[in-house]
Amino acid sequence: MSDIEDRVRKKVVEHLGVEEDKVKENASFIDDLGADSLDTVELVMAFEEEFGIEIPDDAAESIQTFGDAVKFIKENT
Amino acid sequence: MFDLSGKAALVTGASGGIGAAIARALHGRGAVVGLSGTRENPLKALAGELGDRVHVLPCDLSDAGAVTALPKDAAAAMGSVDILVNNAGVTRDNLFLRMSDDEWDGVIAVNLTAAFKLSRGVLRGMMKARWGRIVNVSSVVGATGNPGQGNYAASKAGLVGMGKSLAHEVASRGITVNAIAPGFVATAMTDKLTDDQRGKIDAQVPAGRMGTPEEIAAAAVFLASPEAAYVTGTVLHVNGGLAMV
Repeated sequence: MSDIEDRVRKKVVEHLGVEEDKVKENASFIDDLGADSLDTVELVMAFEEEFGIEIPDDAAESIQTFGDAVKFIKENT
Repeated sequence: MFDLSGKAALVTGASGGIGAAIARALHGRGAVVGLSGTRENPLKALAGELGDRVHVLPCDLSDAGAVTALPKDAAAAMGSVDILVNNAGVTRDNLFLRMSDDEWDGVIAVNLTAAFKLSRGVLRGMMKARWGRIVNVSSVVGATGNPGQGNYAASKAGLVGMGKSLAHEVASRGITVNAIAPGFVATAMTDKLTDDQRGKIDAQVPAGRMGTPEEIAAAAVFLASPEAAYVTGTVLHVNGGLAMV
């Protein structure tokens, strides 16, 4: 398990208050982890801060699952 | 009650009568205030009067680039923006049939679009802080309409609809969005009226007089305060009974 994955998972757990083992590769933030649309915006803000990157709005919209987030961040850090 | 110490407030149109009164009142309750406006000299004079906990942030709200920069500049100067008062407003009155596209666009840009962009610009920090207050200064004419002010009334009604939508979105994050709708308020602008004109205005108002900028500012202090945490998406009419809506 990569360091990036761990850090992303930690942020998701922190923001959505879910169990760590629920945060799987294809877990959808909204459908599986109980996020609302504003939560997903906040998650993206948290990722930006954690990894010191800017996630543009169109990219942010495509980040729907834990796997999407890890993939985007791996490609952009 | 209404203690704002430790909070940072950005007030647009702070060079005008109502804006200056709002800035003074928020400052008086302990807030750090950022004074924004197009005319730098009145802002500096007000800053001098307030002394400490004050920042001058000149901005021309008809300049889209400057509007985008203002929330960042304000946060950089004050550390955060916890309270945003969208007070700046312009009028370019004309009969509907004669109103030019420029007159329409100019008023909408400053009164409504700038408020949208500034609100968007401060939201990120407020969401992180789980605390925020946005106060939009609307107008009684946004609720009643006014001949010759199709553009102005549209912008002021627009602030109400915009604010209510945003209030829905961010209520769960401790952020409230409200509007104040002043009626006739005595400012430098109304000082130019003749006694006869002023008498006619006073006669229309059940309270029998114009309001003062301080009476508008008191409403802003309330809506910005921790005590108003459960008040959101509302319009506080401060008009001496001119329109009971």
